[in-house]
Amino acid sequence: MTIAGPRDELALVDLLDRLLAGGVVLTGDVTISLAGVDLVHVSLRALISSVSTLVEP
Amino acid sequence: MSEVMYLYAVADSDLVDADVTDMRAVDGAPVRIIAEAPIAAVVSAVDAERFSAPALRRQLEDLQWLEDIARAHNAVVSQLAQGRPIAPVRLATVFASVENVRALLRTRVEDFVAALGRVRGCCEWAVKGFVVGAEPLPATAVSSEALSPGRSYLERRRAQRDSRDLQSQKASAEAEAVHQRLVSLTLASRRYPPQDRRLSGQRDEMVLNAAYLLPEGVETELRRVVDEYHRGHLRLELSGPWAPYSFATLESDQ
Repeated sequence: MTIAGPRDELALVDLLDRLLAGGVVLTGDVTISLAGVDLVHVSLRALISSVSTLVEP
Repeated sequence: MSEVMYLYAVADSDLVDADVTDMRAVDGAPVRIIAEAPIAAVVSAVDAERFSAPALRRQLEDLQWLEDIARAHNAVVSQLAQGRPIAPVRLATVFASVENVRALLRTRVEDFVAALGRVRGCCEWAVKGFVVGAEPLPATAVSSEALSPGRSYLERRRAQRDSRDLQSQKASAEAEAVHQRLVSLTLASRRYPPQDRRLSGQRDEMVLNAAYLLPEGVETELRRVVDEYHRGHLRLELSGPWAPYSFATLESDQ
C-alpha cells in the first residue's frame, strides 16, 4: 500500500477529480457552464498535446 | 484593474477568527473572509477580465493555468479545513462583488449549515486501486511445437490477452470487495470514474477511484483494511486527509 500524506505533493489528477467533480456547485456571477466531466476532457486534451510536444523533439 | 471575488469555500462564521494574513490565494492575492452569521465565505480578489466566462473557458485549455489555479484553490481550502468543518466550492466560481457573496450566504444559509453539519469532525480519505502489471506468459500455456510459427504467435498473443483479462477481472472483484468493506466502515462514500492513464501517468489499469468520509483520528481501521487488500493483482493507494470535497455538497447538488 502506498500512502500519500498531506504534506506530499498531490497529484494534479486527484485534485481535478475533487475540484471539477466535487465541491459545492453554485451559480456564481461567473460560472463555467460546462459539466465537470467536460472540463476534465478539456484539460486532458491540453495534457496530451503538451506530452506529445515533450516526446517529439 | 477591476476586480471580482473568487470563492473558495464556506465555513462557520467563527472563521473570521482564523489568521489568514500569511495565506496566499489565486494569483498570490491575500485571502479575505466575508461573514454573514452563522456562516462565512473565503474569497480573494481576482482580475475581472481574466476571470470572465469567455477567458476562463479559453484558459482551461492551458493545463499549467489549470494546475496553478487548482493548487492555489486547494492550498487555501486545506489550510482552513484544519480543525473546522468546511464546504469547498467547485473550481472557478466567481462573484461580481462582495455584496453578491453576502447575498449568496444569506439566501443559501440553510443549505450550507446542513452541508457543514454533515462533515463536522470528519475528513475525507481517497483510495485508488490498480491492476498490477500483466505477468509474463506461462511457458506451458501453448505447445508451440505442434503449431506453425504464425499460428504459434497468434496463440501466444491470445493467451497473453486472456491472462491480462483474468488479472483485470480478479483485481476488479477485489476492488469491489475492499470498497464494500470501506463503505461499511465509513460514514459516506463516493466513487469517481477511473482516471485516464494519460492524465494520471499510471501504467496500470485503474479499477477503483473512491473517496470515504470518516471521523477525524480514526483512520487506523481504514489503513488496516486497505493494507489487507493490497495484494495479488490489486495495488491500492491511500491518500488523505483531504478537505471534504466529495461530501460537503449541497442537497440540491445530489
